[in-house]
Amino acid sequence: MNDKLVIAGHEFNSRFILGSGKYSLELIKAAVENAGAEIITLALRRANSDTENILDYIPKGVTLLPNTSGARNAEEAVRIARLSREVGCGDFVKIEVIHDSKYLLPDNYETIKATEILAKEGFIVMPYMYPDLNAARDLVNAGAATIMPLGAPIGSNKGICTKDFIKILIEEIDLPIIVDAGIGKPSQACEAMEMGAAAVMANTAIATAGDIPAMAEAFKKAIEAGRTAYLSGMGRVIEKASASSPLTGFLQD
Amino acid sequence: MEQKRIDHMTYLPDMENIGSEIQDKVINARKEYDPDKYTAADVREALNKDSLTPYDFGALLSPAAGDFLEEMAKRAMAETRKHFGNSINMFTPLYIANYCENYCIYCGFNCHNKINRAKLNEEEIEQEMKAIADTGLEEVLILTGESRKMSDVEYIGMACRLASKYFKVVGLEVYPMNTDEYKYLHECGADYVTVFQETYNSDKYETLHLEGHKRIFPYRLNAQERAIKGGMRGVGFAALLGLDDFRRDAFATGMHAYLIQKKYPHADIAFSCPRLRPIINNDKINPKDVHEPQLLQVICAYRIFMPFASITISTRECQRFRDNIIKIAATKISAGVDVGIGGHTEDGSHKGDEQFEISDGRNVEEVYNAIKEQGLQPVMSEYIYV
Repeated sequence: MNDKLVIAGHEFNSRFILGSGKYSLELIKAAVENAGAEIITLALRRANSDTENILDYIPKGVTLLPNTSGARNAEEAVRIARLSREVGCGDFVKIEVIHDSKYLLPDNYETIKATEILAKEGFIVMPYMYPDLNAARDLVNAGAATIMPLGAPIGSNKGICTKDFIKILIEEIDLPIIVDAGIGKPSQACEAMEMGAAAVMANTAIATAGDIPAMAEAFKKAIEAGRTAYLSGMGRVIEKASASSPLTGFLQD
Repeated sequence: MEQKRIDHMTYLPDMENIGSEIQDKVINARKEYDPDKYTAADVREALNKDSLTPYDFGALLSPAAGDFLEEMAKRAMAETRKHFGNSINMFTPLYIANYCENYCIYCGFNCHNKINRAKLNEEEIEQEMKAIADTGLEEVLILTGESRKMSDVEYIGMACRLASKYFKVVGLEVYPMNTDEYKYLHECGADYVTVFQETYNSDKYETLHLEGHKRIFPYRLNAQERAIKGGMRGVGFAALLGLDDFRRDAFATGMHAYLIQKKYPHADIAFSCPRLRPIINNDKINPKDVHEPQLLQVICAYRIFMPFASITISTRECQRFRDNIIKIAATKISAGVDVGIGGHTEDGSHKGDEQFEISDGRNVEEVYNAIKEQGLQPVMSEYIYV
């Protein structure tokens, strides 16, 4: 079966995007391998250290997705993205613009501004956003390569609290919708994929597991299961009980 | 004969007054907080909530919560890992001067304490910074005694400019100043400002801070807000535990941070949790009723109330406590610490004396390895100036 994730013309077999920022460096390689991940996010602010550079721990051949975490407005995000390209992290960039230290919710307005500037400069822009249809349409027009709506606040492991709104994005937006943030368990990653998400991104759920490489593998399997279910055409789920003898049966009498 | 002391609640002419909105709320919250009225049921209820109210925070600081330390530590650990993963930030303080104009009776730098005073010049500061940077650290915290005369804003600015050559993150722990001065130091490269309020009980404060600018309680209390207005990225809060009722002071510290975060949601929030330590010429000073279990309770309460805040653990505490608290709640630890003036360069001799006695003298490599041994990841910096 030829089912690839395509982002701005780049093809990927894996639909699992792995975060790297919350666990010990020596575990990154094992996590990437067990997750079968082909894309790994990387906070550029963590790639900036001279002592122990996270870049040295990321296996070759994996596509780096540097993020702009730490940026509080569009201008800072743009500057971090340019720096990321300068230090050789490639053209992919995940835009994160956050100026709320408590919930870490993204600022859609600033994100749209940064997306527009960076897309024009040839970046493959993957914006992290609050799932709002109007903002998502603006991001498409601004040149985004994917849309990355949040399931729940970063690190909360609460699952897809924004499910109904992500469904709307999946229905209405023609770009790949990648569910980012909030996914706490493999079952939730599976649920996102069943809904038709193009991929799932997770970090904290794996970082806080007892056995990080094993949890990475569990996510891989869940994402594959969810994708296969989606492609198979999900059976109808009936929410209310249905009478076993048809009410219209009398018509046949 | 007792001399007439200045009124500790009245701003001096050169002190900027930004109003007292947050100050009034913090003081009132402290007054209304009664740690003894909480029961075990209140503590359980607080621990079962996803997101805690100030009332719940009060429960976690109460004597009733003393029986729930294990549960609190477990919850704190889960919150810490959820928000910070396995990362533990490392830094070291750099004392560049110990001249002080204040008479704070518990502090080794107080102006009446007969110690060797010193101030590093530009060249000496650079030598110290080079020596620190050679250990691999990328974050430095610049400290002075609180003397505007001997360590003026330009002098501190010079140190910040030098620091940004050698470090990725530059913090300040100096005397409180006006918004425009914070703005200037931010332009010189500083990004974080920590001010210890010592105690949030203004009556007690007055009896401990007998002379100097520091005597003016409200000017100190509003320093974090002025720092944010001056463009600083983050601010740190602390009460010196043991000076007054530690539960009430910890409650006020948390409320102060909570209200600042609410008003300035973009600001990074940090807590320090210092206890009293012996000083030169007074080895009897001790943290009184704040023993390790109480300190742990306070730190866990901060973590559970504000799970996203950075918490720094000082070398005032011993190796055993520090190695364990980074597993539970602290996210930032100092290493290679010297609280005297000029102790980082080759011969390690001091030009000026220390502020207090430290309990954990491990160097950067030792602390680095200790963090790794806990399965955690030492992080030298995670900030880029753009």
